[in-house]
Parts: sequence; C-alpha cells; structure tokens
Amino acid sequence: MELTYVDFGLKPLPDQLVIALAGNPNTGKSTVFNALTGLKQHTGNWPGKTVLRAEGSFIHRNNKILLVDLPGTYSLLATSADEQVARDFICLGRPNATVVVTDATCLERNLNLVLQVMEITPKVVVCVNLMDEAKRRKIRVDVDTLSRELGVPCIPTTARDGVGLDKLKDAILDVATGVTVTSPRRVTYEPYIKQAATQLEARIRPFLPKWVNHYWIALRLLEGDSSIIKAIWSRLEDDSVRAVIKEGTAAWAR
Amino acid sequence: MGTLNSSLSSLLSNLAQEINPKETQEIRDSIVGSIYSCAEAIAEKVAHHELERRSELDQKIDNVVTSRLLGIPIMLALLGAILWITITGANYPSEMLAVGLFWLEDQITKLFIMINAPAWLHGVLVLGMYRGLAWVVSVMLPPMAIFFPLFTLLEDLGYLPRVAFNLDRYFKKACAHGKQALTMCMGFGCNAAGVISCRIIESPRERLIAILTNNFVPCNGRFPTLITLSMIFLGGTVATSYSTAAATASVVGLVLVGVGITLLISWLLSKTVLKGVPSFFTLELPPYRKPQVGRILVRSLLDRTIFVLMRAVVVAAPAGAITWILANIFIGDLSILAHLAGWLDPFGRLLGMDGIILMAFILGLPANEIVLPIMIMSYVSAGAILELDSLNALRTLLIDNGWTWLTALSMMLFSLLHYPCGTTLLTIYKETKSMKWTVFSALMPLAVAIIVTLLVAQTAFLLGLV
Repeated sequence: MELTYVDFGLKPLPDQLVIALAGNPNTGKSTVFNALTGLKQHTGNWPGKTVLRAEGSFIHRNNKILLVDLPGTYSLLATSADEQVARDFICLGRPNATVVVTDATCLERNLNLVLQVMEITPKVVVCVNLMDEAKRRKIRVDVDTLSRELGVPCIPTTARDGVGLDKLKDAILDVATGVTVTSPRRVTYEPYIKQAATQLEARIRPFLPKWVNHYWIALRLLEGDSSIIKAIWSRLEDDSVRAVIKEGTAAWAR
Repeated sequence: MGTLNSSLSSLLSNLAQEINPKETQEIRDSIVGSIYSCAEAIAEKVAHHELERRSELDQKIDNVVTSRLLGIPIMLALLGAILWITITGANYPSEMLAVGLFWLEDQITKLFIMINAPAWLHGVLVLGMYRGLAWVVSVMLPPMAIFFPLFTLLEDLGYLPRVAFNLDRYFKKACAHGKQALTMCMGFGCNAAGVISCRIIESPRERLIAILTNNFVPCNGRFPTLITLSMIFLGGTVATSYSTAAATASVVGLVLVGVGITLLISWLLSKTVLKGVPSFFTLELPPYRKPQVGRILVRSLLDRTIFVLMRAVVVAAPAGAITWILANIFIGDLSILAHLAGWLDPFGRLLGMDGIILMAFILGLPANEIVLPIMIMSYVSAGAILELDSLNALRTLLIDNGWTWLTALSMMLFSLLHYPCGTTLLTIYKETKSMKWTVFSALMPLAVAIIVTLLVAQTAFLLGLV
C-alpha cells in the first residue's frame, strides 16, 4: 500500500501537481507563497496536529499546481511538532516536488535544511530569496555555482518585488514533471556511520514499504529516532481501516 | 498488516537493545556535524562577502561571550555590575524618598489632630496604610528604577540568547531543555510570564520541568526584597565600597544558588517522576542590536517599575491596614498578630528567621512584592513605633527585633526558593491543566526552601557563627 499527500488530508484535483514549500523561519517563505498563489488560498490544520497549514493553487504553462506551505523549520532532525510535520509530509506525503526557500544573506545556515530535504527526495528546487537584501549588504551569491554544487535547480528571487518568480515556476514544473532530472549532493558521513546505516538498511527493508527511502530511515534509527517508522505505521493503519470501512459501506449499500 | 507491524516492532526493540543511548548520541552529533560542514563548504564557495560583515563582528563578540572559558564569568560579571550599580545608586534616592514621605506623614498626622480625628482612624489610615505605602515606595522604587532599565538594556542588546547558549550544556547534563535558560530569563521579569514562555519548549516533559522550576529565579517582585535586604544588612550603614561589593556578591550568589537549585531539581525530576532524555533544538543567536535607550527607559519604567510598584501598592495598602488592625486588636493580653507570629515563631527560629517573617511570607502569597512591607508593618505596629526616616532606621528596627546577618540571609534564601506567588500558581494551572502539578509546584519549592534554610541556619548555630 502506498502513502501519498492524500493521506495528509490534501484533496488536489486529478490533474493537479502537489508542491511542498519548505524553508527556515524568516526567509520570506510566506512572501513566496503569497506571491505564487495570490488570493487562491485555503488554511487549516495538519491532520491531528495543532500546526497551521496553508494551501494555495496556481496555474503555470497550463499546468495546475497545488502549493502546500510547510511549517518554517531549521532542520528535519529534531523533535518539534513543526519539524515532524514537515519531515513526514516530504517523506510520506511525497509531493511532486519540494521548494526550499533560503535566505541569500545567510546561506550557510539555510543550506543545512536544503541538504536534509535532498536526503529524502531528489525532487528539490532551491529558491534563493532576499537577493535584494543580499545586494544591499554587498553579499554576492553565485547561484549558478550553487546549482552545480547542490545538483538541483537554484533560482534567485526577490519575492517581495516579484523578481524571479517566473523562473521559479518554470523550475518547479520541470522538476515535478521530470523534465529536469536532478542529482542531489550527498552529505558524506563518517565511514562507520555509513557502514552501520547500510547494514541496518538491509535489515529493515523487508519490513517497510518499497517506496520509502530505506537508507535515510536507517540513519534516523541509528540516531535513536524511530518516530518516522511510527508515522508510516499509523498512516498505513489508517489506510487499511479506511479500506475496510469502504468495503463495508459498499456491501451494506448492496 | 498485523504481521508487518509485529515483526517491525520486534526489530525496533532489538535495535533499542543493540545500540546504547551514548552511541546514538555520538552518531547524532556526528551526523549533524557532517551536514553542517557540508553546508559550510558549499556556502563558502557560493557566497562572497564584499564588505566586512557586521555579523563577523558579532561572531567575534560571540566567540568571546559564549566561549567555554569566559562565557560564564562574563555573565556573572555583567549581573554583578548591574547589581552593583543598583545598590550603589539606590541608597541616596531611597533616603531622600523616605525623608520626604515621612515628612508628609507628619503633616497628615497634624491634619488628623487638627480635625480631631479618632485615634483608631489615624492608626488604620496613617500608621497602617500610609506608612506601609511609604515604605514600599521608598525602599523598593529606587532599586527597581535602576535595575529594570539596566536589565532591559541587556535584553535589547540581544544578550539573553547567549545566556541560553552558555547554560545549554548544564541543562543538557540535568536532562532538561536548553531553552529552559530562556524561560528563566523571562522569569527574572515575572515568573508568571516565565511559565507562559515555557511554551517555546516542545517536549511536554521538559516543558513541565521548566514550569516547575521557574520560580527559582527571583522575579521582579522578589528582586527588590533581595536587593534591599542585602543593602541594609550586608551593605552596612554607610555605603563603603567594601560593603557595596559584599551586598552585590550576596545577590549574585543568591542568583547562582537559584540556578544551581534549578539544575538540581530539574535533574532530580528527570531521574524520578519525569524520566527522559533531553531533546534537540536550534537556537538562533540574533544579531546584536544597538539598544534604543529612550524606548528602554520608557518600557522598563512603565512596564516594569510602575507595574510592580502599583501591584505592591494596591496589595500593600489594604495589607498595611489589615496588619495594623491585626496588631491592635487584642485577644487576652496579646494582639492577634502577636498570637499568629508567636505560634509560627518556634518554626521560624528553626529556619533562622522568626514568626513575623514567616507570617509575612504566608500573607504575601498573592504577591511577593508585599512580603517585605507586611513584615515591616508588623514590626512597626507591634510596638516599636520609631520615627522611621531612613534606611538606617529600618536597620535599627530590624536589629531591635533580633535580626542578625543570618536572619537576613535566611529570609533572602527563603524568598528565593519558596512557593511562587498566586498569579504564577494560577498561570501554572492554566498551562498544565493539572491540579496535581499546580499543588506540586507550590509544595516542592516550599520543601526546598525549608530544607535549605534549615540546613543553613542549623549549620550556623552549630558552628557558633551567630
């Protein structure tokens, strides 16, 4: 059984692409979200959490896109509800692409999140926002080199003034539809961790759905964090319960 | 599904046995380290700073103020400097205010005599309410008016997150959350606010620990008590540089005791009723900002000084009246006050204090600000009607009532460690939604306060120091 964004309470149209929007707090993520979706927005909560969720839609080159705003987080490692929501959605909701909004004036800190998102999914677009602010502070960001280093499309924007948004939409669409094939930069871990993760990966594989990233889950287990497995579990159970109910209702209707 | 789940859970429990917590900790640190160095390497290639970054200066400052070697000493030095300025600066205006306010009392008394007011009315209104108010204002206003702007200045500079950074290590050792240091900084302002600020801690276990231990940092309401007591007792009659230093050191020492107790209790809680491991978090060190001096003065004077003073005044005025009445209604040959105090006295003595001080703490439950005023009122109305027109007179009054340095120290310790005020308790109930934890949050500190003062007092008695 497969999990998708539908299991997170999203109801996209059949031909709509689902795109997640991640990023550190204070990077202008909301500005990007508003600039892309305009007034077509809808807010609610993540299922079972008190974390706010905003969804919005837009059309680009005749493609319908549903944009989901994830909570602003510094990482996907820690234990807060915000980080769990963001991580679970990227890992289990499996959006067609994930945009990570970064702050051009402090890339170093923002790249931590980018690297972590790229560990889960290759379908990543990096939005290097606040370019005007960087220019004002005389910080030159070489976005082409960044794209090469990260192996995913990186687009410079000043979302407040609408600069770079068309290119961002192009990149999102190309990654989501598979026109652009990315080759995300991998973090090099210490050899003993790598080895342990590979061994563990082989052990957990038989017990987990095929479509999740086993190596990444093995790393989380080595860190002593099994919450992702519990998340998979509870959602799969929900799914099977739903299937049973559906069957039951169908039988009753007959 | 069922079989998948059960085999997975057995795999997980096997794993939990194979890997020990220390190893997972190391692995986690190493993984985070690898990610960070990768990000750093990429950023270095991509971002070119053409100016010397302002944040580079910040970085240099942070390297010093958050260094392992100097971080804590700098913190203590800053706290010491603030308290030293407060204690040095507060003496003179305190005297002026006292002289002025008690001159006014004389005028009011003359007025009462002129209109032939009954003695009991003069007693309740002037000797009770007015005198209580005058003491609160003259004793507490000057230290507050100096201390709060200085503390707000540190807040405005962006120094407090660095405090959290410095203390993170210790909280981790106590199995508590590093952000607890931030909630403690809020607690310096007001414990109720500190308790609310514990919402920034995600994990319920660690949040509860932070809530339960928040009152071990002295709040606005207790700081003036601590500073005043240290001024009049350890600071000596004439503010020599030596005595000021002693007073400063004693308050810094008390804050340290508070932090130490916080860590100890956090550790004890997480080893017993609230078991668990500390969770991870990202602490952003915001850039240092140029403080807006005008706004600081307005904010700290209005939001804090006047707020605390008003709270003290509003509660102290009726409390002053009630105390006077209690002290002047006699049952048998003793006043009600004397009965109460006498009943508490043996226990008070055991803790290095006396019955009146304990009674003041009990009556002071609604607001810590009024403990000192109630105590003074009780001493004054219990007979020793002195013309109290200076801090020296207050000191004399206390000594006449059998105070020693140990009494002052015990009262300071008790004030630091005892149960939080009514407002804070109510806030704790609202935050935890649990009567059990609210009661615990009152009784646990009370037990700590009793144990500590008992130990200190009995040690002092045993060693013959008093």
